[in-house]
Amino acid sequence: MTAPRWLITASPHLAAADSTPRIMWSVVASLVPIVAVATYFFGPSALLVIAAATLGAVLTERVFGRSGTLLDGSATITGLLLGLTLPAGLPLWMALVGGVFGIGFGKLVFGGLGQNIFNPALLGRAFLQAAFPVALTTWPTRTGEWWSLAGDNLAVPLMSGTVVDAMTGATPLGLMKFERQTTALADLALGSTGGSLGETGAIVILLCGMYLALRKHLNWRIPASILLTVAVLATPLHMVDATRYPGAAFMLLSGGLMLGAVYMATDMVTSPVTDAGCWVFGVGIGALVVIIRLWGGLAEGVMYAILLMNALVPFINRATQPRVFGSKRPAPGVT
Amino acid sequence: MPQPNSSFRHGVHPPELKKLTERVGIRRMPFPTEVVLPLSQHTGKPARLIAKVGDRVERGDKLAEADGFMSSPVHASAAGTITEIGLWPHPDGTFKTAVRIAVERHSPHALRPRIIPKWEGLTSRQLVAAVQDAGVVGLGGAAFPAHVKLSPPPDVTIDTLLVNGCECEPYLTTDHRTMVEYPERVQLGIRIMMRALGVSRAMIGIEQNKPDAVEALTRTLPADLDVAVHALRVQYPQGAEKMLITALTGREVPSGKLPMHVGVLVQNVASVGTIAEVFETGLPLVERIVTVTGPGVRKPSNLIVPVGTKLVDLLDACGGVTDDAREVILGGPMMGSAVADLNAPVLKGTTGVVVLTARDVKPPVSFPCIRCGHCVGACPVFLNPQLLGSLAQAGRYEDMVAAHLNDCMLCGCCSYVCPSNIPLAQQFRAAKVQLQRMKAA
Repeated sequence: MTAPRWLITASPHLAAADSTPRIMWSVVASLVPIVAVATYFFGPSALLVIAAATLGAVLTERVFGRSGTLLDGSATITGLLLGLTLPAGLPLWMALVGGVFGIGFGKLVFGGLGQNIFNPALLGRAFLQAAFPVALTTWPTRTGEWWSLAGDNLAVPLMSGTVVDAMTGATPLGLMKFERQTTALADLALGSTGGSLGETGAIVILLCGMYLALRKHLNWRIPASILLTVAVLATPLHMVDATRYPGAAFMLLSGGLMLGAVYMATDMVTSPVTDAGCWVFGVGIGALVVIIRLWGGLAEGVMYAILLMNALVPFINRATQPRVFGSKRPAPGVT
Repeated sequence: MPQPNSSFRHGVHPPELKKLTERVGIRRMPFPTEVVLPLSQHTGKPARLIAKVGDRVERGDKLAEADGFMSSPVHASAAGTITEIGLWPHPDGTFKTAVRIAVERHSPHALRPRIIPKWEGLTSRQLVAAVQDAGVVGLGGAAFPAHVKLSPPPDVTIDTLLVNGCECEPYLTTDHRTMVEYPERVQLGIRIMMRALGVSRAMIGIEQNKPDAVEALTRTLPADLDVAVHALRVQYPQGAEKMLITALTGREVPSGKLPMHVGVLVQNVASVGTIAEVFETGLPLVERIVTVTGPGVRKPSNLIVPVGTKLVDLLDACGGVTDDAREVILGGPMMGSAVADLNAPVLKGTTGVVVLTARDVKPPVSFPCIRCGHCVGACPVFLNPQLLGSLAQAGRYEDMVAAHLNDCMLCGCCSYVCPSNIPLAQQFRAAKVQLQRMKAA
């Protein structure tokens, strides 16, 4: 029997040009400049750490995910983003474990792409921070040659002890919090400070985010509301006590805020579906960041702020449904 | 008063794709050798057969009469002999009772001579009866009987007639060419409808991408009536009844209600033109303008087509299809449905025939929902298609009703924007069918 001459498909017979893999891979492409900046400042260690995290994520997706899901690019994003949250001197095996955990327990146990509640990259990072608190907060300073490896990159898995003796330093946020020492804003904006790989170079991250927002691959309301909230809350506090509370510009440019606001909080799967919900979500993250940074025990709070708000997304979605055309109320939330 | 740029919120911007035929003048298709007229071409009860096999019929003779108020008669669209009355492929994919007429060679366009009533002397009720007798239905796609709309129940007051010239579906140019080539006829139709309804105000809504149509209808506006032309933003689905009402009047049709409940009646320009024709020439609805277009058609055209012309004959009149043509769609590409059998005839409600090639057909590959929210931002009636889609996949149809499934008009905006290519509109259509079956059982 020959195939029928005429196909029958359902309407609509046209589709917008965007596809899920295209969105994912263009996010990957937009991360290239950020990885390049990290490599410029931290040397080949940056590339190795990011590669190890990505390898862990991709391998886990390949082995435990459904067939073909590697091609949608989402595991690659998780790996790259996780790598960017890590310090340059981290033992590579730890970065790999973080990638495995992020994809395995952050995404696949929920049922794969689209099903997870928490941002998988941040969950991987949270796991590493709980498991290896010292390694995660050891930031090598840039001494010696560019091409030399930083810190404990080549440490043997599960063996303690430092292989390479390296100079380490604190992050700008740590300096501020524990030693009341500020860092020049220009250094923060360009990225020539200590910190995790993606904590540096706020301007490049912002530019990459704008590109994604223009292509509608991220909802601009999320980074806008996060950054606005942080600035609005930091400014009056700074006016009250400038030595204890840093100003808005410092708050915005330091730590993981830019990477978190532009890339982590905007993960489509773990952020609200309504525009109003995106504002609520962003304001919540911004407020939590300020609270944790200024009054919490940690110097940095972006990761926990986003993970906490991730958990509230289903409720935000339900509370921000628009009013249905022709009726008085929004569609009731069915779950 | 609405601003020239008025519109509605949400919606999408598909490519217009109208270049193929928007400047192609309407021409008349020669009679095919056979026409097939299904008794069910409209929303409501199928017409009741009055002709029989072997009858010789003239063009315009009634083959079947309206069966009750929610029904519409069917007329012979060409002179000839009835060869068979039986099941025939219907564009909806089923087989339905249809009258087959072997068309005589040199079948005349003229009708059997008869008395055409002067519309100026008729009462509202007589006008509506004449519209029903001529088998006029909405030519915009849904084929809702025109006389039903023109007979609002006594507790409803209609103050404004809205004429829909948006034609927001990509590819189609039927209404566009009608407005450009027959603006006087459209204006006469408006005049007659205003009289039948007893309203003093009419508004014509046209998307801005048809400046020549806006110009033609503005030029022919009557001096003695309150009729206005409004250019509307180009945005799909601007031509959806509820969206058009909001854009033109700012009124919002309540959920579950009809346009008449906010005091308006919406009629498509082609239908308005047909109503004028009924009183100008006495011609019942036996022919209509159809856009035949798409990358799979050799000679894209706007044609006057006898109702009942088989698709295969219609495509032949447009140079046939290309070798790589793969899908034939009746109506526009956003809401139209594909046909499997080209023996199915053109109906009163067939606005266009779009032929797509293998390259234009969407691949049947879906990815998981990534909750991007694009569908939520596209839905013109503010539903949550993402939620409805997951309920549909779980078979939770009652929960879908609670989530306002009945407000969904299947415009397809959600499916159009979905980056994961999830067939949301198809799932919603299936859910509606399933719910109807459950209700019937």
